[in-house]
Amino acid sequence: MAEHIIRLQGVTKEFDTKGGKVVALKDINLDIERGDSYGIIGLSGAGKSTLVRTINLLEQPTEGKVIFNGSTLTGLGNKDLNLHRRRISMIFQQFNLLMQRDAIGNILFPLEIAGVPKAEALEKAQELLKVVDLEDRAHSYPSQLSGGQKQRIAIARALASDPEVILCDEATSALDPKTTRSILALLRKINEERGITLVVITHEMDVIKQLCNKVAVIEYGEIVERGEVSEIFKKPKTKAARKLFFPDGQSHEKPLTKTSTRNRVRLVFDEATAGEPIIANMIMEVGAPVNFLYANLDVLGGSQKGQMVICLAADRQTAEKQKEYLTAKGVEFIEIDEDETFGEEAEK
Amino acid sequence: MDTQTLIQLLGEGTVQTLIMTLVGTLVSYIIGLPVGVSLIVTGPNGIRPMPAYNKVMGFLVNVIRSMPFLILMIAFMPYIRMVIGTGIGTWATTSALILAAWPFVARMVEQSLLEVDPGVIEAAQAMGASNMQIIRKVLLLEARPSLLNGAAVATITILGYSAMAGTLGGGGLGDIAIRYGHYRFQPTIMWITIIVLVILVQIMQEIGIKLAAKMDNRIN
Ligand SMILES: Nc1ncnc2c1ncn2[C@@H]1O[C@H](COP(=O)(O)OP(=O)(O)OP(=O)(O)O)[C@@H](O)[C@H]1O
Ligand SMILES: [Mg+2]
Repeated sequence: MAEHIIRLQGVTKEFDTKGGKVVALKDINLDIERGDSYGIIGLSGAGKSTLVRTINLLEQPTEGKVIFNGSTLTGLGNKDLNLHRRRISMIFQQFNLLMQRDAIGNILFPLEIAGVPKAEALEKAQELLKVVDLEDRAHSYPSQLSGGQKQRIAIARALASDPEVILCDEATSALDPKTTRSILALLRKINEERGITLVVITHEMDVIKQLCNKVAVIEYGEIVERGEVSEIFKKPKTKAARKLFFPDGQSHEKPLTKTSTRNRVRLVFDEATAGEPIIANMIMEVGAPVNFLYANLDVLGGSQKGQMVICLAADRQTAEKQKEYLTAKGVEFIEIDEDETFGEEAEK
Repeated sequence: MDTQTLIQLLGEGTVQTLIMTLVGTLVSYIIGLPVGVSLIVTGPNGIRPMPAYNKVMGFLVNVIRSMPFLILMIAFMPYIRMVIGTGIGTWATTSALILAAWPFVARMVEQSLLEVDPGVIEAAQAMGASNMQIIRKVLLLEARPSLLNGAAVATITILGYSAMAGTLGGGGLGDIAIRYGHYRFQPTIMWITIIVLVILVQIMQEIGIKLAAKMDNRIN
């Protein structure tokens, strides 16, 4: 049995505002296993930040329990809570570095808090600067560093206390695509090589694809779907998950046509099925053409996955045959509802 | 009055003014700094909200701050006399300065600490820092440049107070300006004390700005 490092049980969070009560989280149950890189994705205002902030009790849940490493954190006094908090690091969209301390001073900060002897702390901070590739910037102040460099320092700071978990709240949302990739690669390496559990909050599917093995989709304060990223990528069940995984309006690839919304299916290829010209064979075998609407290639947790949206034959019998062929070949596909939109249509 | 006596008079006055200002500012900070910190810490968005304390202390600070200094000093005089035995002279004035200035200092400190990025405070909380560690290592250090600028403003304000206190027999340059410049109508002495005061203010301002800039790691 894998060990649950973080468990949320029946967590509800309400905010009292002038406009009345805002329910940010509704009865959240979530188990995260040690070593997971667990993504939490949802649209703006879905409650992602609130959720991650309840894990280290920056946000006190209105109801429910937060369990870390078998200890219940909810209800603990400040002193005990602070001891647990040292095992859970956090990185932020805005980096939140101390502006009056240089890079190494920032990395030393959590060690000072924990009362680590100076010499030992300094040695560790220097080593961590190497881990994040910024040995030469030890005495630069945050105002002298780029966004990516600041996040690297924040990551080194997060590692300083030898945490078991790192919570990442939109850690790459303030960075350009290239810097984002390098930060995600660094986090991935930390997860894989050090076995540190990651909880990754994001509104970008790409972050989940590059970094996470599991994902929960959150909508209006509720987790509507969860599981292995590769499974949900293949067969998203809920509308919310489909919206996130299907090609969307932001994508630069446009669907080739929007003539028909009937008989559309979305296929997912992986390394096992990508070698064969399955669609071409299907067209020959069934003797009916298909219409290509969309195709792209993704890297999911290190392995390549292709997705394609095609429009099958208009008459039901032929379409059935085409589906049977796909099933026989082991290609995962799901049918797209007529009212579901993607690509250009989704922008409206 | 010959030049020799004049110089001696002004010299003594300047020293008295400086003592009143510096001692007054120092003690005002000894009281006002913790109060300012406590107002931030116990505020609605603070790291340890305490609404009752915050309201009472905030009210007290506001009441004292809204009274004109001269009135306040006259009101305090009998009590100061009771405590230190005299109502005139450098030490009586310094005591009055402190009573009037600590709330001002507390508000200045509060303003400076408000500028600290809440995200950084939250990061420290997430690391498991205690409230005391957050105050010492985050709030006061991150606000250091602003606190130093504030200290320069506070010192200059207290210098102004001390000159006003001179009119009540408090010693220092204000005393000289009133006694010689006003009552004995010697405009030269009046103007000389004004020039000395202006120079003192300029020096303090320069020191404050330079020190704040030197201590600020955000720009260099
Ligand atoms: N301190 C607060 N007071 C009142 N309402 C809040 C507070 N924090 C969050 N909320 C509300 O709770 C809901 C969830 O907010 P949250 O910040 O968790 O969303 P999010 O998914 O992180 O969004 P984003 O992607 O924009 O960061 C929102 O409706 C928000 O307005
Ligand atoms: Mg958020």
